[in-house]
Amino acid sequence: MTDLRQVLAAQVRNVLRSRWLVGYTLLLLLATVLLLRFGGSGTRALLSLVNVVLLLLPLVSVVFGTLYVYNAREFIELLLAQPVGRGAVYLGLFGGLAIPLSLALLAGVGGPLVVEALQDPSVWRPLAMLLTVGVLLTLVFTAFALCVAVLVEERSRGFGAALLVWLACTVVYDGLILLVLTTFRDYPLEAPVLVLTFLNPIDLARVVLLLTFDVALLMGYTGTVFARMFGTAGGLVAAFSMLLVCAAVPLWAGYRWFRRKDF
Amino acid sequence: MIAALIAGVVIVSPAGPVSSLGAAVALAHPGDTIIVRAGHYREGRTVLVDRPVVIRGEGAPVFDAGERTFLLVTANDVTIEGLVIADVQPSSTDDRAAIKLDHVTRCVVRGNRIQRSFFGIHGSKVSSCLIEDNRIEGPGATEQMAGNAIHFWSSANVTVRRNRVEGHRDGIYLEFVRGSTLSDNVSRRNRRYGLHFMFSDSCRYERNRFTSNGAGVAVMYSKHVTMTGNEFARNEGQAAFGLLLKDISDGEISDNRFTSNTTGLYLEGSNRLAVHGNRFEANGWALRLLANATDNEFDGNVFLANAFDVTTNSRSATSHFRGNYWDQYRGFDLDHDGYGDVPHRPVRLFSLVVEQNEPALILLRSLFVDLLDQAERVLPILTPEALIDPAPLMARPR
Repeated sequence: MTDLRQVLAAQVRNVLRSRWLVGYTLLLLLATVLLLRFGGSGTRALLSLVNVVLLLLPLVSVVFGTLYVYNAREFIELLLAQPVGRGAVYLGLFGGLAIPLSLALLAGVGGPLVVEALQDPSVWRPLAMLLTVGVLLTLVFTAFALCVAVLVEERSRGFGAALLVWLACTVVYDGLILLVLTTFRDYPLEAPVLVLTFLNPIDLARVVLLLTFDVALLMGYTGTVFARMFGTAGGLVAAFSMLLVCAAVPLWAGYRWFRRKDF
Repeated sequence: MIAALIAGVVIVSPAGPVSSLGAAVALAHPGDTIIVRAGHYREGRTVLVDRPVVIRGEGAPVFDAGERTFLLVTANDVTIEGLVIADVQPSSTDDRAAIKLDHVTRCVVRGNRIQRSFFGIHGSKVSSCLIEDNRIEGPGATEQMAGNAIHFWSSANVTVRRNRVEGHRDGIYLEFVRGSTLSDNVSRRNRRYGLHFMFSDSCRYERNRFTSNGAGVAVMYSKHVTMTGNEFARNEGQAAFGLLLKDISDGEISDNRFTSNTTGLYLEGSNRLAVHGNRFEANGWALRLLANATDNEFDGNVFLANAFDVTTNSRSATSHFRGNYWDQYRGFDLDHDGYGDVPHRPVRLFSLVVEQNEPALILLRSLFVDLLDQAERVLPILTPEALIDPAPLMARPR
């Protein structure tokens, strides 16, 4: 446990010093301030920020995470030469990435929006949702990053794999859903589509956020079905738990490889 | 008794001598004024107003109506004002109403409160009547057990203004009504429609607010209708429409606001309508234009933050769009004339997908879907090629 704490502290300090992270925070900050200034009122700016959260956050988490692990390879080897458990090193790496990335999100997106929410209290609830989902997505894609970096030996291929993971979740998966929908259009598909949505963290995050912000609530029968599912406390808990599972699975898979990996 | 009759005035008060409205009407001469003092009254039978009198409540006298129509007006030139009428019980065989106007002309119903009644104000074969400043709060019962708040059948030149109606089946219902004006009314939380009219030509609807009604506003089979400055908001649900137009021709729909409806404006079989200066904001489907709605002109409308701006079920387009503002327009204006140089295609490919396959809605705002939409906009294959706005506004009007 002390091992983990020390590794974690060292990692967090290390990542926080990285110029990438500063740039990422500034980018989020800039996007949020600009959207608030030119995108209209608080809730409408939040709607635009949904896209930032759904696209940029996973991309940065997975790419930055993967590259960081490759860069930290010598440090990892050094650590492993010490009497430190592999579990502590691995979790330290994960936490060392996920915590600073989440802090960047909270500062960059949360900061300006809290100022906005102080003037317009209706922003608090969507803001809380946005940040919660954002942090969960960061966890998920940091876990993917670790998994990829451990599994793929070569750096450039690992980078490519990280991009592929992101592309698969944002674009390819939705294309497949659409394919399924058009193939089986004669069947009632609300329930299967919900299941499919649950299996992709980005889709799940998107639907949860849309139902918090958007007109989706007004979208007739299907919209009502979805709103019933996600609109309730139980549905939200299920969605958030599922996102945690999405983080846990690659994290665990990565750990299995990491434990046996010959550095 | 004599004192109550001085100078053409009949006084009704709980302490007497005249303690019931029915008796007062029977005593009154044409042209008399009946003043009802504050208090609680229970008439044993329907009050038949068969002579031209003014009935005026002072201090909001309350009438318990019960299992019958409360006031039945059969004479011309009757004025009813300042009464509180409560609890006309529902019936499945009889259109009981708090105030029923039958074959009359020049009547005035003003400033009454009608609570928990089956029908509120019910008129048939009336003309030149004025219904204003009434508050009608329905029983909030099921569709079968609630009547309409303001109901006119086969009437002409009726003015309905500044009324507030809620909790009935339809807020305002007109059938075979001609040349009438409805303005500044508020109709909300009705079971079915906020406003419902059929076969009612040449009517004007101005500055009314229709919000949170079960199915919004649906109007059918009428010509020369003008609807301007109204607000249609928060009509949510599978079959809820901000404004549904079916077989409405040669009308004008202008300067209305459609906000947060499942479907903002729905046009079916509606031809030659001028739709201009309206604002569609935060609707699921802002405008649904069916193939059989032809030759409508849409100009100067504003489309903001709708999930879908325009959808249609046809590849051809016989309605015309020009000079509207679309927040999804991505063009430019090199000659600075205020209109975009590239036409805007308001029908998204994704809306066609959803049309055929509603569960696809779950992909709304997905990057994949946005990419598909962009590709389709560049090279339209599936979306109606002719449905374009050749001169979209660059800046939001007002």
